[in-house]
Amino acid sequence: MTTETTEEIPEAAAVPPAGTAPAKKKVPHGHRRLLTRRDRFTLALMAGLPTLLHIALVWVTAFASIALAFTTWDGIGFDSIKWVGLQNFKELFEQNPQFWPAVQHNVIWFVVLIAIPTPLGLFLAVQLDKKIRFSRVYQTAFFLPVVMSMAVIGFVWQLIYNPDTGLINSVIGANEPGKYIDWIGDPDLNLWAILIAASWRHTGYMMILYLAGLKGVDPSLREASSLDGANEWQTFKNVIFPTLRPTNTVVLVVTIIEALRAFDLVFVFNKGAEGTELLSILVTNNIIGESSRIGYGSAIAVVLLLISLVVIIPYLVSTFRKERRA
Amino acid sequence: MPDLSPSGLSFPSPSRRTMLRGMGGAALLGAGIPLLSACGGSGTSADPKTVTLGSKASDAVPKKAFADVYAAYKKKSGITVDVNTKDSNTFQEQINSYLQGTPDDVFTWFAGYRMQFFAAKGLATPIDDVWQKIAGNFPEAMQKLSKGEDGKYYFVPLYTYPWALFYRKSVFKQYGYEVPTTWDDFVALCKQMQKDKLVPIAFGDKDAWPALGTFDQINFRKNGYDFHVDLMAGKASWTDAKVKSVFDLWAEILPYHQEGAVGRTWQDAAQTLVSKKAGMYLLGTFVGQQFTNPADLEDLDFFAFPEIDPAYGQDTVEAPTDGFMMSKSPKNKAEGVKLMEFLGTPEAEEAYLKADPSVVAASTKADTSAYTPLQKKAYDMIAGAKSLTQFMDRDSRPDFTSTVMQPALQKFVRDPKGVDSLLSSIERQKKTIFASS
Repeated sequence: MTTETTEEIPEAAAVPPAGTAPAKKKVPHGHRRLLTRRDRFTLALMAGLPTLLHIALVWVTAFASIALAFTTWDGIGFDSIKWVGLQNFKELFEQNPQFWPAVQHNVIWFVVLIAIPTPLGLFLAVQLDKKIRFSRVYQTAFFLPVVMSMAVIGFVWQLIYNPDTGLINSVIGANEPGKYIDWIGDPDLNLWAILIAASWRHTGYMMILYLAGLKGVDPSLREASSLDGANEWQTFKNVIFPTLRPTNTVVLVVTIIEALRAFDLVFVFNKGAEGTELLSILVTNNIIGESSRIGYGSAIAVVLLLISLVVIIPYLVSTFRKERRA
Repeated sequence: MPDLSPSGLSFPSPSRRTMLRGMGGAALLGAGIPLLSACGGSGTSADPKTVTLGSKASDAVPKKAFADVYAAYKKKSGITVDVNTKDSNTFQEQINSYLQGTPDDVFTWFAGYRMQFFAAKGLATPIDDVWQKIAGNFPEAMQKLSKGEDGKYYFVPLYTYPWALFYRKSVFKQYGYEVPTTWDDFVALCKQMQKDKLVPIAFGDKDAWPALGTFDQINFRKNGYDFHVDLMAGKASWTDAKVKSVFDLWAEILPYHQEGAVGRTWQDAAQTLVSKKAGMYLLGTFVGQQFTNPADLEDLDFFAFPEIDPAYGQDTVEAPTDGFMMSKSPKNKAEGVKLMEFLGTPEAEEAYLKADPSVVAASTKADTSAYTPLQKKAYDMIAGAKSLTQFMDRDSRPDFTSTVMQPALQKFVRDPKGVDSLLSSIERQKKTIFASS
C-alpha cells in the first residue's frame, strides 16, 4: 500500500513532458525554454522508464491475474487457457476446505498483531524514550528480529517448537508418548505458536515506529503538562498519545499489510498445514509447482486483492480528504 | 521517444547523465539476465562434444553418484555431460517453466504419471530409437513404466527403491517378535509392542507426503493394483465403499502410530527407529540415510506390508523409479540419444549404485554381486512383484495430490473421525481438477 502511493508519483511526473509539447508549438522561436532538449529527454527517460516498469510489473500483471481468475490454465502454452466464468470462485467458496479457515486466519493474524505486539511496542518505545541507560543496546536488541529475514525467524522458531527435540517440549518434558504437545501440527495450537513468533518480530517493528514518533513530540508539551501537575500516565494519555496520531495511522497500515502478506514465516514453519492456512499460502500452493492450477490460484489472489482494497480504499479516501482540507 | 535527436548524441564527452543512463541500463540488464537464465539451462550453444543435462540430484550422495555415471560416459565416448544441478524441490517446482524455456538436452525425472503428463503436453522427445537398443536390459514392468499414454517411450529408468516396513533385527530378536504376514498378525504385533513400551509404528507427516505412502499400501493390499490405478487416474470414486474400507483399516492401526505425526519430519521419525524407541517404520529404503552408524545400518531390515485380502496377497510393490527424459527440442539430439542409450545400460547403473547403495538398479542385467543384504532383498522384492506402483504423487496428478490429498490425509491422521465428509470433499475437488484439461 505504501508502494502504491509512492509509485503514483512517477506517473504524475510523467505528465509534464507531454504537457510541454503544445507549448513548444506556440513559442517556436524567441526566449529560451527553461529545460533544454537533453533535459527533457532525461526527464522523460527518468520518469518514463519507472512508469513503464510500474505499468508492466504492477498493473499489467494485476489485470492479467484478474483475467486469469476466470479461466483454467496449466501454465503450458497460451492455447490451453480456457474461459470458465465464475467456476473458480464457486469452487473456492463452496468446495475448498482450506479457503474459509485461511480467511479467518488472516483476520486473526491482524487482530493479534494489533492487540498484543503493538501496545507492547508502544510501551517499550515510551520506556526507551526516557533516556535510560543502555537505551541503544535495548533498542538494538528489540529491533534485531525485524532485521532478520522471516524465513530465518520461521526456521529458528520451528526448532524451538519441534515436538521431539525442541526447546519448549524438552524443558517441560512433553516430548514423551502420552504427554505430547504438538506445537507445529495441532491445529488448535499451531497458529498461536506462530503468532508468538510473528509478535516477537512485530513488537520491535512497532517500537521503532513509535520511538521515531515520540522523538517528534515537542518537549515543551511535556513541560507544560508537568507544570499543570499531571502525572506520568495523565501526560501520556492526554498529551503525548494524541500527538502520535500520524504514527498510529502508519502503524495501522503497516500492521494490515503484515497481516495480509503473512506468508514466509508460516511456509517455513509448517507449509500452511491444517490450522495455519493463509490466503497467500493457498495462492502459492496452487500456482507454483508442476501442472499448476494458475486460474484457480489467481482466483484466490483476486480474493486477497479485494480484501486489501476494502481496507485500503477507506484509508486513501480519508487521506485525500485531509489533504484537500489542508 | 521523439526526443532522441542527433544533438543528444553529438556530445562526445560522457556527462553525468549519460553515465547514469548507462548504469541504469546496465543494472536493468544485470537484473534481467539472472531471471532469464534461472529458467533456462546452462544454455551454451550446441557443441558437438557436449550434451547438457538438467539434474535435480542436489543431495550430496546422489549428486556424487550421478557425477560418477557421467564421468564413466566421458571416459567411454569422449563426450562431456554438462550438468546443471538445481535444488531438487526447486527443480520440481520450476519444471513447468524449465521445460517450456530452454531446457537442457536431457533431464532427470520420475517415471509414471508425472512423466506421462509432460510427454502428453509435447514437452519431451519420444525415444523409441533408444529403446530398440536397451529394451533387453529391462523387465517388462520397467518398460511399461517408461511409456507415455501414446505408447511411445519417453523415459530411461536408472534406479528404483521399494517402500516397506522397516525394523531393527536386534529389537525383534530382543522381544521375540516375528515378521507379520497378515493383517491380524500385524495388528497383534502392534499391540504387543505397545505393551513393551515401544512406539509400534514411527510416523512423521510434516512434509505431508509420507501419509500418501501409508494410504497406497493399505489400498492396493485391500483393493488390488487395478483399483489403485483407477483411483489415481481419477476414474474410481473416492466415495466408493472400497476407499472407505481403506480408511477403516487405517483407523484401526492409527492408534499404534507415533503421536503428533503432523508436526514431525520423516527424518525425526526415522531417528526413533534408529534409537530403538520405535518398532517399525513404513517408508522407502532411503530411510537408511538416517542410519549413519554402519553397525546400526547393518541391523536394519524390512518386510513387505502384510496381506489384507488373500486375492491380492503381497503382489504389488510400491517402487518409485527415477531416470532420465529428453527435452522437446534438444540442441544436440544425436549425442543426447547416445547418452540415453548409455544410461539404459547395466554399466551406467552399476556406476551409480557404487556411490549410492540406498537404491537398486532398474535393470535386471545389472550386477547384483556387490549389493548389500538390504539391496538384495529390495531387488528380490521388486523382481518378484506382479505389479509396480510409483507413489500417489507420481501415479496421479501432482496438483490433485498436493492441494487436495496431502492436507486431507494430514487431517485424517490427526483426527480419524469424520471420514465420510472428508471423502466427499475429496471427491468433489477431484472432479473439478480432473475435469480441467
